[in-house]
Amino acid sequence: MATAHPQPAAATTRRRPHRPRPHRPRPQLVPTIVLLTGAVYCLLPVAWVLVAATKSGSSLFSTFTFAPGDALFANIAELSAYRGGQFWRWVANTALYAGVGALASAALSGLSGYTLAKYDFVGRSAIFNTLLAGVLVPGVILAVPQYLLLAKIGLADTYWSVLLPSIISPYGIYLARIYAAAAVPDTVIEAARTDGAGEFRIFRQVAVPMMIPGLITVFLFQFVAIWNNFLLPFIMLADDNKFPVTLGLYTLLNQGSTTPALYSLVITGSLLSIIPLVALFLSLQRYWRIDLLSGSIKA
Amino acid sequence: MPVAVRTRSGGRRGRRTAVPYVFLTPAVALFVLTFLLPIGYAVYLSLRKVQVSGLGLGRGSRTEVFAGLANYRAALADPTLLTGALRVFGYGALLVPVMLGLALLFALLLDRPRVGLQRVSRIAIFLPYAVPAVIASLLWGFLYLPATSPLNDTLDWLGGPQPDLLGTGTVFYAVVNIALWGGVGFNMIVLFTALRAIPPELYESARIDGCSELQIAWRIKIPLLTPALVMTTVFTMIATLQVFSEPMTLRPLTNSISSTWTPLMKIYRDAFATDDRYAAAATSVIVALVTLVLSFGFLRLVQRRAFGQER
Repeated sequence: MATAHPQPAAATTRRRPHRPRPHRPRPQLVPTIVLLTGAVYCLLPVAWVLVAATKSGSSLFSTFTFAPGDALFANIAELSAYRGGQFWRWVANTALYAGVGALASAALSGLSGYTLAKYDFVGRSAIFNTLLAGVLVPGVILAVPQYLLLAKIGLADTYWSVLLPSIISPYGIYLARIYAAAAVPDTVIEAARTDGAGEFRIFRQVAVPMMIPGLITVFLFQFVAIWNNFLLPFIMLADDNKFPVTLGLYTLLNQGSTTPALYSLVITGSLLSIIPLVALFLSLQRYWRIDLLSGSIKA
Repeated sequence: MPVAVRTRSGGRRGRRTAVPYVFLTPAVALFVLTFLLPIGYAVYLSLRKVQVSGLGLGRGSRTEVFAGLANYRAALADPTLLTGALRVFGYGALLVPVMLGLALLFALLLDRPRVGLQRVSRIAIFLPYAVPAVIASLLWGFLYLPATSPLNDTLDWLGGPQPDLLGTGTVFYAVVNIALWGGVGFNMIVLFTALRAIPPELYESARIDGCSELQIAWRIKIPLLTPALVMTTVFTMIATLQVFSEPMTLRPLTNSISSTWTPLMKIYRDAFATDDRYAAAATSVIVALVTLVLSFGFLRLVQRRAFGQER
């Protein structure tokens, strides 16, 4: 396949953004309109939140939906002041859960994926299949007993209760295995062994540098998965100082059904919390190696 | 090709064969702790119940005893679970084809020559993937809410009726739309990436033979995309069985979503609101078994596609 470079290809060769087209014929109308309709549909809620965050609590319900207001900075100030800056604490918690969790997950997936791809040992398929079956276990099946078990050892409602289950990613191990098989040549490992390097040193100093683009992909997938996971913190956490931003906004919305003034805080908070992720997304676009996902990379 | 450890000289072999097991220890330990142990505990709990002696007051009057399959019988006889399950199957039956169909359409348009604004559209359609389901449901929730909806604003201006998109009849489609919005871009990118891997020479010869773009899409691209389509379908199906965040987030905005709207919401309610962890465990195991039926098909598929050539 076109992307089957045995080298860490994603970082160096950008996938063709356009096909080379020296003379560009005029675009056809109907396909362009269909595609554009999809784009507008996907941007609609984002455009709405941009406008709604500029409205004061009262004009939110009284003015036309897409008519901007002038209260953006007042809303941000009010949100920042809410219960002594709790919103920013939620943002920091999210950064901790998603950042640290995804980093640990990428490291663990890298080591496990490399081992599964590059060593031949008894039980390899059994271990891999068992790990991979984890992809299919619905979150709620795990989250309730996970909570009960962690509560028994006194870890419920701690940062660990959200971090620990986020570190193991069957999916990350699967991706890392495919990437290691494709990006780390056996001859390089053999050469390092002949030079007398220890097995872990070979992994750290030879394999990891070759696997970096794949590991960044694992990091991104896991970052989004943790940041997206509502159920786990919802079940594990009771103390709202440990909430991630999604859970914090959810509780604000819940209170908003009795105090509608909180709605403009929820809306402003939604806008502020999607901005960093959208920025991360756009800046790291080339690392979304989704060809890994469809299994279209070959060793 | 895995490094054949056994080909190394005998003296170092013993030490080295332990290496893969040592390397896999952290992953396996965490997997046992956060997957296998909780699953085992859920199965155990599903077979237990609380027996109340006397008036149920005071210490020792409530003891946990073996319940056999009573919790399973109760769960399967519960009409709210059946209603929730049927709702989720209906949700999947609507969402999966629409999402995959649109993802395929957009991917084909991105890959087709003479279509404008491809780069901008690709980024715009992929963008919702960066928005977590809770926040997506929040944004759409306000777009549905009659007091803030642009649809109601417009209809009001035109003097039309005032629909409630979060009403009993429409809230199902409201949830489908949120999931569609969040997932179509990701699937589009998966399919688009698979399309880019097809050698362009295949189309060149078809074009020379006078094939239209539509014929190329239908006769060449879609057949070659079949494996990627199967993969994305399976992934989307599994995700639809787990629908939880969207209806849960919409609940504060509407009365049309009950606390047992989907099976997972019922499990949550049983475990935490009504504090019947035994019923929750039994329902969890039932949902897990249904998912397992899908999982075996998935595993065989992945193995054949990705690792068939490794041995």
